[in-house]
Amino acid sequence: MHEELFRAMRQSIIDGEPDQAREISQRALAEGISPLDAINHGFIPGLSVVGEQFEQGEMFLPDLVLAGEAMKAAAAILEPEIQKTGAARESLGRVVLGTVKGDIHEIGKTLVATMLSANGFEVHDLGVDVPFDTFAIRAKELNADIVGISALLTTTMAGQKNVIEAMERLGLRPRVKVIVGGAPVTQSWAEEIGADGYGRDALAAVALAKSLVPKGS
Amino acid sequence: MPPSLQLLNPELIDRILVEAFALIADRGVKIQARCAADLLESGGARVENGIARIPESLARHALKSVPREFFLHDRDGKPVVKYGGNAVQFDPGSSCVHVLDPETLEHRMSQSADLVRLVQVAEMLPQYAAQSTAVVCNEVSKEIGDLYRLFLVLWYSGKPIVTGAFAPHTAPIMIDLLAADSGGHEALRQKPRAIFDVCPSPPLNWSDFAAQNLFDLARAWVPAEIVSVPLAGAAAPVTLAGAIVQHAAECLSGITIHQLAQPGAPVVWGGAPAIFDMRSGITAMGAAETAMLNVACAQVAKSLGLPTHGYLIGSDAKRIDAQAGLESGVAALMGALGGINMISGAGMLDSLACHSAEKLVIDAEAIAMAQRVVQGVEPRSESLALEMFAKAGAAGDFLKLPETRKLFRSEQHLPSKVIDRGSLNSWEQNGKKDAFARARERVHDLLSSYKRPELPASVEQDLRAIVEQQAKKAGMDHLPGI
Repeated sequence: MHEELFRAMRQSIIDGEPDQAREISQRALAEGISPLDAINHGFIPGLSVVGEQFEQGEMFLPDLVLAGEAMKAAAAILEPEIQKTGAARESLGRVVLGTVKGDIHEIGKTLVATMLSANGFEVHDLGVDVPFDTFAIRAKELNADIVGISALLTTTMAGQKNVIEAMERLGLRPRVKVIVGGAPVTQSWAEEIGADGYGRDALAAVALAKSLVPKGS
Repeated sequence: MPPSLQLLNPELIDRILVEAFALIADRGVKIQARCAADLLESGGARVENGIARIPESLARHALKSVPREFFLHDRDGKPVVKYGGNAVQFDPGSSCVHVLDPETLEHRMSQSADLVRLVQVAEMLPQYAAQSTAVVCNEVSKEIGDLYRLFLVLWYSGKPIVTGAFAPHTAPIMIDLLAADSGGHEALRQKPRAIFDVCPSPPLNWSDFAAQNLFDLARAWVPAEIVSVPLAGAAAPVTLAGAIVQHAAECLSGITIHQLAQPGAPVVWGGAPAIFDMRSGITAMGAAETAMLNVACAQVAKSLGLPTHGYLIGSDAKRIDAQAGLESGVAALMGALGGINMISGAGMLDSLACHSAEKLVIDAEAIAMAQRVVQGVEPRSESLALEMFAKAGAAGDFLKLPETRKLFRSEQHLPSKVIDRGSLNSWEQNGKKDAFARARERVHDLLSSYKRPELPASVEQDLRAIVEQQAKKAGMDHLPGI
């Protein structure tokens, strides 16, 4: 009965159309579809399709970004309704992320933020050129589960280690997990500086973040 | 007439400039440095909340005072690099953080010894009219990384230098180094040896440091090269035309700041415009569209009569393979045909991250081919063919003609041993080496015949004194690389 609407939800994500996603969300509510069902059975499957197609090289970064934007548009309509019913869509976890001090590269970090948020994480994006201590202080204030540190330059990559040290000073480790990313970053670098993981792209970052929080699996 | 590549017709250039002037006047340019904001305001720009809106008349006025041409000089004071007109010259790429180790094929962190090796190889190759501060020396304290690179290049090279500062307080020290090399600040001003790359942050943002840098360079009359980096599809419009508009707007705003600081100081309409790769998210240095952007941006500058710069010949490949060869070769040819005055980027791999001396020698061959193409087809003998036919006789044996012996060197570019045109037999007998193996041998040969240009003892002392003082402050107890 609602199959057609669910299909349209899925398609709005695949097409990367925030306006459509918003409109269908409103229609779904008007027709009495549970907002939680809309997210889980309508929109999330669209995100999975985009993720798979991206991995296969059939979809590209603009597809991924706009799918994320469409997902956020749907969530903005549906989540307040979920909260009203008391059956909150549980956030998978709270993520604080940013690009490390000395580095103003934003694209990769913002993409990760979009995809984490689209996949159900609560994301606090600190922006670029973020001082080491700020990561730690904000993570503590927000009671974050994960801190994500981006660096595009080998010269700023060392700052990821400084952030971890700042978190240790505030007693956040190992409870608060650390994920690192950026062009020069590798798995062995992540291990060397004591991070909990490295994601080679935005989708890998989502999978990694899910693996680090209890609700993610 | 020499062959050339034109990608924009005059109507499109007009539209690009109309939109570029509209961008800086209406949307405005983010200016963080107080000195630049004050200058713009005094010139008639409206500055609010760190955004300067620059009227077209102010930018056009600045364009008028830009020198149409100027030269960079070698250590002997000879003007060997010309900025302006259709001069085409090349220098290695700058500021890589890795080098390709020719033995292990690993991309490892670059150090002073790697920079020295690159400088020595580039010094020996006539295709490189200028040196660059090619890699970051990772073992050198970050605070003095920029000036230390310049010091090493001054130490090992006599060629002009394309360089750049990393922080506001180091640029004046780098200018002091150049002045020590040239025999004083006035001598440096008369015969500049180096040009500084200055990068706005896309889109339309002059960081505190970049604007300050423009200001300091203009006041010292040291040439500045605006390296605008519109990343089409991510930090700039996805269309080539749209990215060219942004590039023009960034150059126009930079030139306005620069000429307000010092009318008539030398400045270049330069850049590293590139497309954003939609699969990997990297800057696609080897893409055809990236080469097109560079050629087109230079064409816009030429319509205004300004000197030009571009960033080409870098490859996205990780090794010196077929991809590296084809990307770099195509780009070298396009840049040369585009008449870009200085083309930076040779030697680079992995987008902008990795440098290789072996690639530098292979790229030199691509550059030589491009330079040959630019010379075009010319009549070199009185009759084109009839006279030679008459002399060659019935058998048509042209090889024995004196004309052949006299003219083949000017007619044909003779490649180095990196290019193999021999028979299969001789290739097999020589060990079946591929281009990379031959490039390794050539690097070895060049390094063994390299001789350090002589520096007067007093210059050496002065350079050393400046750097030693800075190194000490940065906690270093010796000067690596010399």
